[in-house]
Amino acid sequence: MLFVNLLGVLLIAGIAWWFWMYRAPDAAVATQGIIEIVVENGVYVPARVEVPAGQPTTLRFLRKDASPCAGTVLFSDLNISEDLPVNKSRDIVVNPPTAGIYPFTCQMQMYRGELRVTDAG
Amino acid sequence: MNHSASHTHVDDMGQLHHPPPVTGASQDFLIEGAGCASCVGKIEGALKRVPGVQAAEMNFALRTVTVTGNANSADLVESVAQAGYTARPLDSDPGADEMAEKEAADLAYYRRLLREMTLALALGIPLMLYGLAMGEMTVSTPAERGSWLLVGLLTAGVMYFSGRHFYVGAWKSFWNHSANMDTLIALGTGTAWLYSMVVVLVPGSVPEMARHLYFEATAMIIGLVNLGLALELRARGRTSEAIRRLIGLQAKTARVLRDGAEIDIPIEHVLMNDLVRVRPGEKIAVDGIVIEGHSSIDESMLTGEPMPVEKHVDDEVAAGTLNKSGTLVCRASRIGRDTALSRIIRMVKQAQNSKPPIGRMADVISGYFVPAVMIIAVLSALAWLNFGPDPALAFALVSATTVLIIACPCALGLATPMSVMVGVGKAAEHGVLIRNGAALQTASRITTMILDKTGTITRGVPTVTEVLPYNGFDEHTVLRMAASLESGSEHPLADAIVTRAREGSVELQAASEFQSLAGHGIRGAVDGRQLLFGNRKLMADNEVDVSAQLATAQDLAAQARTPMYLAVDGVLAAIIAVADPIKEDSVAAIRRLQNSNIRVYMLTGDNAATAKAVAEQVGIRDFFAEVLPEDKSAKVEELQRAGEVVGMTGDGINDAPALALADVGFAIGTGTDVAMESADVTLMRGSLHGLADAIAISRATLRNIRQNLFGAFIYNVLGVPVAAGIVYPITGMLLNPVIAGAAMAFSSLTVVTNANRLRLFRVEED
Repeated sequence: MLFVNLLGVLLIAGIAWWFWMYRAPDAAVATQGIIEIVVENGVYVPARVEVPAGQPTTLRFLRKDASPCAGTVLFSDLNISEDLPVNKSRDIVVNPPTAGIYPFTCQMQMYRGELRVTDAG
Repeated sequence: MNHSASHTHVDDMGQLHHPPPVTGASQDFLIEGAGCASCVGKIEGALKRVPGVQAAEMNFALRTVTVTGNANSADLVESVAQAGYTARPLDSDPGADEMAEKEAADLAYYRRLLREMTLALALGIPLMLYGLAMGEMTVSTPAERGSWLLVGLLTAGVMYFSGRHFYVGAWKSFWNHSANMDTLIALGTGTAWLYSMVVVLVPGSVPEMARHLYFEATAMIIGLVNLGLALELRARGRTSEAIRRLIGLQAKTARVLRDGAEIDIPIEHVLMNDLVRVRPGEKIAVDGIVIEGHSSIDESMLTGEPMPVEKHVDDEVAAGTLNKSGTLVCRASRIGRDTALSRIIRMVKQAQNSKPPIGRMADVISGYFVPAVMIIAVLSALAWLNFGPDPALAFALVSATTVLIIACPCALGLATPMSVMVGVGKAAEHGVLIRNGAALQTASRITTMILDKTGTITRGVPTVTEVLPYNGFDEHTVLRMAASLESGSEHPLADAIVTRAREGSVELQAASEFQSLAGHGIRGAVDGRQLLFGNRKLMADNEVDVSAQLATAQDLAAQARTPMYLAVDGVLAAIIAVADPIKEDSVAAIRRLQNSNIRVYMLTGDNAATAKAVAEQVGIRDFFAEVLPEDKSAKVEELQRAGEVVGMTGDGINDAPALALADVGFAIGTGTDVAMESADVTLMRGSLHGLADAIAISRATLRNIRQNLFGAFIYNVLGVPVAAGIVYPITGMLLNPVIAGAAMAFSSLTVVTNANRLRLFRVEED
């Protein structure tokens, strides 16, 4: 029983670390001002993108997921919301004024991504 | 992006004609069937061989290819097909057909979900009935093991065909360090299936009392969740009814006069300044200016104003409105994305997707929800293993599975956006455009409403009611002098004086030394005589004696008229009274606001007596009189400092700072020609009923959001502990995972259905 309990505690610690505490080091960086993001199977790929502050960057979303959950992408902190048609690309131009982390999600917060804004200098 | 707006068509002879190619255009395609990087070369090669292609570049990660050159789309698709792949044109331009495409995609997805549900339930229901008839499903004999192995494999088939999207979604999310509903369903059903398979394949590894099978739970849960998703999809479709209606207002074609001929052309081919003919009963295709004919136009679909509006030469007409009676020729002034209708659609869509602050808490919780449920499931299993009765392993498994299945992050996530979607759409139906969710929420909390008098409570078109000459002057002379002086002014009252003079065939003269004295009046010289025209304060400042006429002026003011004094060379020459008629329905609309427990203030530059008279006529007790335009925002601030949530309603022209400072600024317009971008809420029709509607709808929407959030929270807060077995000591029973699956599937459906109830909300006009 001790072994089972230990396993359970480890499992809980693992869940907390994997979903809450883990910070991915890498993020996709724009080339020529455009980052392509595919929406498929419940995720944004890439889910972390890095853009410079104060410069407009185009995020080109391509939704391949017919689930209605994938239908809208929201950047709550930037006041941006856009409908994503299925199998069509949709460009969203972001121009965050200051450095920081700006999450982007579907309406229900199930699809999650992160816009990492770095100081332009 | 397909930049060529051309279509392949078949002519009378049955010949296929491709559209003329567009030089230098680029077209994007989505490629299906390309599984390896080596496909890239084959596809690019096939495309480059098509005549007219300058370049073809494939993005393997996105499975898209961009083709530049002047080849037509159909040839490119064909060349890719010959290479063994499928190419589908991509179009990134949001067009009028997007809604139809979205609906078609949703319908296809809905049918897929129903197919998947049918398959899963076709296995799950007989299994469940067998279980009900035979008691617990267990494995005792080798023959039973064989039969159950077959059932296990069939269940695996159901998991693959009907539930694959849960498992793939969960897997991808997992590697993305995120978890969602898919994760919960995949873990719950996967655990139940794996455990059952262990019981079938290695029964000895499980204590005898715990050798239960849960294949029926796996199949039933997958079926029920798919059913829930399908029904939710249908219900969600109804939430966008308002936007669908607005998009439906867009005409598909326009009848354009070109080179002396009338031709019907697709709406996207209409150019600026094209002459468009609109016959009775037809929709107006683009925004334009009437250059010929007159007619009455039904604008109710945009403004909520039920009465048709008369349009004559030089009047503006809006796309989407309906020509009722005469034939019009209009010059296109705004086309495509720039028409008022397009801007309304964009604004409503944007607002529908925005979140009010009330939803922020649910968003924060959603972010932690699924991993938290997973942890609760583990804790629940551990509790049963440590302290549960026999068979502890079976109890642990059922409780963990049920916890995973019953938790519904979707209900929480859907609670706010679905209501906002319906509420903002409902408002648009009433000609009320709400900028965003925050404005919607604040509008519902307004305690005090300030109404600008001119143009808001009144029509904003003042007329001269009395001309009373004094000290030897006659009516004709004073009117000539006042109108000549006012002809250089832009004040609304000036228009009234000039119009009256023109009606009386009074000839105007040039004025000189014109000077506008804000809040007081104007001064200048006409015919060599020094004139002052304005309020009593202007007369007092310039030592003009008006004491003999004061009683007359006060009488006029008490009748809601604005008396203005005209002094010629320092002597009072006349009192000219102007009145701005009150809109017919202002009284009823103001009463509606007051009945909603909102304290209504009137704000005006008029003198106190006139203000009091107007306020009394419309049933307002509190008013601010003699307020200079620049002091309007100070009044807003004053009430805010007193702790009120202040709404300010004005025409958005000279009260923009006050509208911006108010907690919610309402810009009241007349028809479609309003500055929509200037306020938190735009009232498309001139009636104050629009304002009362906006308040009523915002309150109903917030009430709906609160119901949804409460329901979703309570469901999860009660459901998860019950699933973990908290009531087992009392009832001696654990919740069946299948019931948990049904509850989960229908909890999010309930939220969407409740939001849809808002569609039935009716505003009540007196």
